[in-house]
Parts: sequence; C-alpha cells; structure tokens
Amino acid sequence: MEPTDHVKAHLMTAADLQRVLDRMARQVAERIDPSADAAATFGLVGLQTRGVHLARRLQQRLRDDDGLTVPVGILDATMYRDDVRLRRTRPQVKPTDIPFDVTGRHLVLVDDVLYTGRTSRSALDALMDMGRPASVHMLVMIDRGLRELPIAPDIVGREVPTLPGEEVRVRLREADAQEGVWLVATDGTGARAG
Amino acid sequence: MPDTPATATPALQHRHLLGLATYSADEIRRILQTAREFREVLERPIKRVPTLRGITVCNLFFEPSTRTKLSFALAEKRLSADVVNFSASGSSVSKGETLKDTAQNIEAMKVDLCVIRHNSPGAAHFLTRCINGVVINAGDGAHEHPTQALLDMLTMRDHFDTFEGLNVCIIGDITHSRVARSNVFGLKALGANVTLCGPSTLLPVEVERLGVRVTHRLDEALEGCDVAMALRLQLERQSAGLFPSLREYHEQFGITRTHLTQHPDLLIMHPGPVNRGVELASDVVDHERSIILSQVTNGVAVRMAVLYLLAARPGDDAA
Repeated sequence: MEPTDHVKAHLMTAADLQRVLDRMARQVAERIDPSADAAATFGLVGLQTRGVHLARRLQQRLRDDDGLTVPVGILDATMYRDDVRLRRTRPQVKPTDIPFDVTGRHLVLVDDVLYTGRTSRSALDALMDMGRPASVHMLVMIDRGLRELPIAPDIVGREVPTLPGEEVRVRLREADAQEGVWLVATDGTGARAG
Repeated sequence: MPDTPATATPALQHRHLLGLATYSADEIRRILQTAREFREVLERPIKRVPTLRGITVCNLFFEPSTRTKLSFALAEKRLSADVVNFSASGSSVSKGETLKDTAQNIEAMKVDLCVIRHNSPGAAHFLTRCINGVVINAGDGAHEHPTQALLDMLTMRDHFDTFEGLNVCIIGDITHSRVARSNVFGLKALGANVTLCGPSTLLPVEVERLGVRVTHRLDEALEGCDVAMALRLQLERQSAGLFPSLREYHEQFGITRTHLTQHPDLLIMHPGPVNRGVELASDVVDHERSIILSQVTNGVAVRMAVLYLLAARPGDDAA
C-alpha cells in the first residue's frame, strides 16, 4: 500500500486471486484455436508492471493445464500517454519487449486494473505501431468502472464499482510484499492514471 | 500500472539542461535509465512514438555541427515533436541580429523548447534569461556539451555495471573541450575516477581542483584504465603554437594498436569526428574494442530521454 492509503475493504485474498486466475486461464484457453500452433498464432501481452506478472501466471497455467505454449510480451505504454503536457512529473519509462511479430497474431492484453481506459488506449496504439494483430482482447483482474473512453474488457476477474477518490490496489508477490486486492481511499489528489 | 498514481519518481530538479556541473547523480541516472528504454523504439520497424505530439522544438545552431544536429533532429522526430531548424548561415544573424533578438523572435513563434549550439560559453544560460521555454545546451564554446557526456556515459554503462570506481581517462585538448568538461562533471558525480591527459599547453591550469588526476604521459594515463576517450584535435591549434606537429602529437598522445595489446580490456571512445592517424591510429578506430559507433546510436536515445524529461510542464508556459 502507499503511505497515504486508508484501507476500506479487502476485496480478494491470495487464495481468491489464484482461483480467479485459474478461471481466467480457462477463458483464455477457450479463445485459442485448438487446430493451430498457439506459439505461432497467439500471444499474451502484459502491461507494465503488474500486468506482466499476471500474464506470466496465465502462461504457466496454460502450459500446465492445457499443454499450450503461449509467448508473453511486455508492454510499457508510457510513450503513448495523452497527458505528457499535463503532468508535472514524468512517469518512468519501463522496458517494452515483445519477442514475437504481432502481425496476424491473436493477442490478449493483460492488466491488473481497468479504470478510465486511457492506459488501454495507449497500449492499443503502441501495439498497432508494432504491426497488425489479427485480434486484440483485453483481460483485467479488476474492472473498477468510471470509464472515460469507449473501452470494454473481454475477460474480467471481478467487477468492483468504485468512486473517483478511491483506488484499487492489486498486490502480487512478484512485485510486492503482500498478495491480494484492496480498495483504499487516498488523501492525495493523484491524477487518474489508468 | 493503472492504479499506482503516476509511478511517482520525481522528474528532474532542473528545468533546463545547460550543463552537468549542477546535475545530481540521481538526475543523471534517471536520464540514462530513460534513454535505455527509448533505445527499444530505435529497434522497431516504425521508429516513432507520439510522446511529444504538439510540442514544438527549435534547433538553434550558430556553429557548424553534423552529428549533434542530426542526432537532435532524429530524436525530436522519433518522439513526434514539431521541429523548426535555424542555422546561423543564411539567417538574419548574418545581417547582424543579436542572439537575444533572434531568440525572442523564435519565442514569439510559440516554441516550447530550444536546443542551442553556440561558440560562446554561457550562450545557453543567456538564452534562459531571454525566453520562457526550456533550453537544452548542445554545446557552448569551451564550456559544456552535456548531451555528449550523457551519451558517453550511457555507452560506458553498457559495458560496466557501475560507475563506482570505474577508471576513465580523457586524452587530448582538454582546455578547449566542452566534451571533457561535461564528462568530468558527470563521471565524478557518479563516482568514477577521471584522469586527464594531454600536452601541458592543452591542459587548463588548476584543473586538479575538479577532483581529477592529471598526467602528461599517455602510458601513465592508460595504466589501470577501463575506458580511454580521445578528443578531437582541432588542427588550427597547431598554428596557434600549442603543439609542434601532428606527427609529434600522434607519437606522444595517439593511441595505437600497441596500446590495445598492452591493455587487453581497454575500450576506446571518441566524440567524433576522428582525425585518423592523429588521436587514434586508423586500425584502432576500426578495432572491435572501439565503441565509437555505439556512441552515435546512444546519442539519439539520450536526446530522446532529455527531451521527454524536460519537455514543457504545466505552469511553465508563458501564455
């Protein structure tokens, strides 16, 4: 949690997260054409940073449960944000590494929280600059509503209606000390990022 | 990333990039880190991102320059900024217009950011007092050339995990070199050991006060050295009597294959353009341990990072 957070609700425990990821892995598997070679026609694209960890966990499940080899790409959409002129601070640019050609491939964009839809818009633009995917679907752990753009997820871990002053914190052991999902209120006037 | 507010590492403390003398180690690290990520864009089939869309950059070049000018122009285009170019020749400067008037006219055209190269030390500082936009120094006389030093440091960082304890020697005309000055400030800030080497006529007096080692002997400079950076020798310094002949300079300060054999891990850098057979023997320039061309590639990435981190922020606008 951030220092200014007041926890309002513990939305998901570590066990809840595992269960929901199992279910979402099934939903991803359903979208993979069984007659095609998944490694060559399908790909998961994790958005920095927690989307990357979620994508890796899904990749593991698809390998263990379905025997499917699916590549994972890493995407940072910072360079495509629409608010460079509006912010006092510059968000840190993180690595982008898509180790496959996106053209003609079916992609699933993976992120932890869907909020305004602006990050997803940036991510879609970034993907389109890299080629022409056959399709792009969107998977998010939490859909907290309050969209500012016409963006809709295809696979959702859990829908959580929230208010503008609140934040949803998805914490994963790969990146954080804890694991789970929390609804918090923030003191700060933090700009709406995602 | 969505719900972590702004991934809030603070932006640079400085509004302009005039030199590295006042930049902190954290600020330099932030620029280098950002540049590493921008490098990925340069590997793509479509080498362009929309990051600086709507931001206008003016390149003010009062002095001839090929690679710095090209490198800035490419960096600006790769970030989708709108670019206007101005060079002293063919402009009203040749009609006697002052730097201040030129700058204010350009500012009146609503430019957000100015990149300036000028033969007078302090020209970039002066510009910050004339205009409201952000100023990036692309070389001012013998003062500083910060983006060159940053790209040099990015290139070194690719070969070494840390600057702490790294031994770098800079060889040549230190007195007239803005590249040397910026590198000394940047490298010292990050904890490297810097040795300056050159004929005493081309070494400034009391330069030791910058916390560097000074020697007039190349073999002494290269002892235990990780990176040797040779500077371009301006040939007009010979007519000024600062060194007797190119051949004698090469004999004393030119890096040859023998030096590479004696120091099997030594890397060679040069800010370009190289006088082959003067600062560096021709086969040293083409040697696998010469990393001169990666310096050029890194130049675009570093300038993208600087533009991204400094581009106009809210409240900065004059309007």
